[in-house]
Amino acid sequence: MTAPLPKTLTGDPAAPVALRAEGLGKAYGPITVLSDITLDIVAGEVHAIIGENGAGKSTLMKLLSAHVQPSLGHLSMAGQRVDFPDAVAAEEAGVVLVHQEILLAPDLTVAQNLYLGRELGGWLGVDDHRMDARTTEVLASIGAHCGPRDRVSDLPLAQRQLVQIARALLDDRKVVIFDEPTAVLANDEVAALLDVVRGLRDRGVAVLYISHRLDEVEALADRVTVLRDGRMIGTWAGHDLSQRQMAELMVGRELEMLYPPKRPPVTAAPILVVSDLEVDHGAVHAGLTLHPGEVLGIGGMIGSGRTELFEGLMGLRPAHAGRITMAGQDITRRSVRDWMAAGLVYLTEDRKGKGLLLDEPMARNLTLQALDNVHPGFVTKARNEMALLERSVAEYDIRVRSLGLEAGQLSGGNQQKLLLAKVMLVDPQVIIIDEPTRGIDIGNKSQIYDFIDSLVRAGKAVIVVSSELPELVGLSDRVLVMRMGRIVAELHGDRITEQNVVFAATSTEAGDQRETVANQTRQEEP
Amino acid sequence: MTSATSTRATPEPGRRIRWADMGPFLALALVIVIGTLINSNFVSGTNIANVVTRSAFIAIIAVGATFVISSGCLDLSVGSMMAFVTGIMILTMNRLEPSMGANAILVGAAVGLVVGAACGLLNGLIVTLGKIEPFIVTLGTMGIFRALITWLSDGGSIPIARELRDPYRPVYFGNLFGVPLPVVITLIVVLAGAFILYRTKYGRRCMAAGSNSDVARFSGVSVAWVRTLAYVIQGLCVAIAAICYIPRLGAATPTTGALWELQVITAVVIGGTLLRGGKARIWGTVAGALILEVIANLMVMSNFVSEYLVAAVQGVIIILAMLAHRFIR
Ligand SMILES: Nc1ncnc2c1ncn2[C@@H]1O[C@H](COP(=O)(O)OP(=O)(O)OP(=O)(O)O)[C@@H](O)[C@H]1O
Ligand SMILES: [Mg+2]
Repeated sequence: MTAPLPKTLTGDPAAPVALRAEGLGKAYGPITVLSDITLDIVAGEVHAIIGENGAGKSTLMKLLSAHVQPSLGHLSMAGQRVDFPDAVAAEEAGVVLVHQEILLAPDLTVAQNLYLGRELGGWLGVDDHRMDARTTEVLASIGAHCGPRDRVSDLPLAQRQLVQIARALLDDRKVVIFDEPTAVLANDEVAALLDVVRGLRDRGVAVLYISHRLDEVEALADRVTVLRDGRMIGTWAGHDLSQRQMAELMVGRELEMLYPPKRPPVTAAPILVVSDLEVDHGAVHAGLTLHPGEVLGIGGMIGSGRTELFEGLMGLRPAHAGRITMAGQDITRRSVRDWMAAGLVYLTEDRKGKGLLLDEPMARNLTLQALDNVHPGFVTKARNEMALLERSVAEYDIRVRSLGLEAGQLSGGNQQKLLLAKVMLVDPQVIIIDEPTRGIDIGNKSQIYDFIDSLVRAGKAVIVVSSELPELVGLSDRVLVMRMGRIVAELHGDRITEQNVVFAATSTEAGDQRETVANQTRQEEP
Repeated sequence: MTSATSTRATPEPGRRIRWADMGPFLALALVIVIGTLINSNFVSGTNIANVVTRSAFIAIIAVGATFVISSGCLDLSVGSMMAFVTGIMILTMNRLEPSMGANAILVGAAVGLVVGAACGLLNGLIVTLGKIEPFIVTLGTMGIFRALITWLSDGGSIPIARELRDPYRPVYFGNLFGVPLPVVITLIVVLAGAFILYRTKYGRRCMAAGSNSDVARFSGVSVAWVRTLAYVIQGLCVAIAAICYIPRLGAATPTTGALWELQVITAVVIGGTLLRGGKARIWGTVAGALILEVIANLMVMSNFVSEYLVAAVQGVIIILAMLAHRFIR
């Protein structure tokens, strides 16, 4: 360890404990995922829970909010033992969990979702006026940019997340639990959310906060509890721990360099050339080239059309015009299957909605995309699949206690790795990864970066879409920045800095400020 | 990638028996036990053979419906389609009989399969290319097929030519080593269905499309193609059922197959297939079809309840099955 660790906190009898976990444990059948967790959650404090993927953070939060019943131990509030039969009872007692997954009714409006099951109004009618007003208020208080009458299905992921948070904050709460609330948020939205959290704390609410972004934890947390492999390593005062110490406590070893060294400039002919692509509600006049052996970063705010561009490119949403050639072959307007055959894959940012079949076993998820490679004939062979799964689990370090689990039973980070393993199974030449490390812990992040590095060193090409600036800068050989559906800047070498990316992504004159670089013919004037 | 603290993964612990999956079979056993208690004639060999044979039509069509439903769609048109295909087949056979003799049956059956597949294809293409709700599309085609058979039969019936009755008879009344032929045919259809659904890439894609069509699309599965094919399979199953059905009554009428779609969907659902797609239970579907027929049979044989209430009892069964599903999980 880099520096001697500060002392752990022990129970302070004077602290106003809002919720206490006493010897909590959870097992699914023979699999123990949490054991012996004793924790004080203090009113008016932000208590961060950190740990590697699969450490049991989400499970612990579900126990505290009674979404899941403990196998051992119990909760207490105000010195009294409490046994919540279900999450509704916990909510009534003032304990609410903001889910990692987005659980909203997509066809209802924002206000309808917020008040779902507890509509205001008389015995027959509903009082839309009052509900809309209160919804607007709550949305504003957390810096959301949507209105009460917007339909949830029309909102981007980040806004949906905020709606989900707003739903939890509608009533007064004693304990609010956030499970990776910022994973899908853009930087300014993150800042707004951190303010929401601080506001709650200042109102005397006890906040539990899970995040893999240790800078947030450092900025926010009054206390930090570290979990490793389902056990509690300890609780520390937030200001006592550096980010590095947190990371090392999480993984239980020293961490190596996060980003692989940059590669030499590429000289090979481009493998992928896209020009003039138009994606409905997404990208305008988009063009890019990609060379074997390079990592092309795509920066921009959330909602700038990055995901739309690549979904359109892959034929996953309506797109027009444009020309797409891969290895010299014109493959415009083809289906995902043809793309896969040509060696191009896209790894979605929405792993739960578009990436994995949550209630299917891991093996089926793993081979879904590569069925034709895995089973050359007409029939499927379960034995081949298990062998493949065993190999992928080892290769991608997917931490599961049983290979028979369904994808939805994996921890968020392990789902991400399963998704990566899944698309890599088709042996692609060009890999487009949208948010490669969303929900991945810090130790595993560097594994993913090394993995991407090894891919491009082996002559493949990778496009990384990322909202995490350090990652974009640390990983990319070249960066394109998008704003409002257009590629507005291209950054090379030393020009790839966080400031330049942010400037291009936000500046309204970015159209004129664009970095013009040799051999660049693609961007059109806005 | 390697790691210092990897947790050891245990391989899948073989095939475990899940009670929820056993449900339909337990329910079938229960109905049979009750049947035996109510009426000792129930378990007689002839009656059992009779019941199983009669459930063949629903079972065969329901195998197709299992595909459609597990791919995330629905087909309400199967009953009318059955009548329509039956009508076309009989007309074809009657037309060819003078020149071909009994061979007209073979040609007629082949035409039936083609027409069934075409009807399924029509449903499938409207659903996938037109991007219209399967419920609406098949509600429409249900009316169309029904109207067509009424028109073809001029509101009356289309009987099969007298000369064909005898050669065609064994298909329903005959047997193979003592097993009634419709039962043999059902078994073949079910085995083929189970094979396709559980052992082939198509089956895998079908369930993926029903489980989450976005995930399927993003994984390179052509959801439209998968669903269209499911409807074609459904159409073929309807045609096979029609082939077995003709010798039984010897005619197609405007009421042939009326309300069968409900029985078919009931069989599929009490068999454990999820109506929203993604999970298919072919053998459960067969158990479901048997349960429906056994209950109808029992009600006819016993005197407690009027047989006019058969549909009511079947309705109760489907609701009970769903409740059991909910609580056994
Ligand atoms: N229903 C379940 N059945 C079996 N195992 C489960 C189930 N739910 C969760 N697990 C296991 O419990 C462990 C802890 O999962 P959890 O989701 O709490 O991790 P986490 O710390 O939140 O990780 P991440 O940072 O990746 O979100 C994982 O190994 C997971 O596979
Ligand atoms: Mg988690």
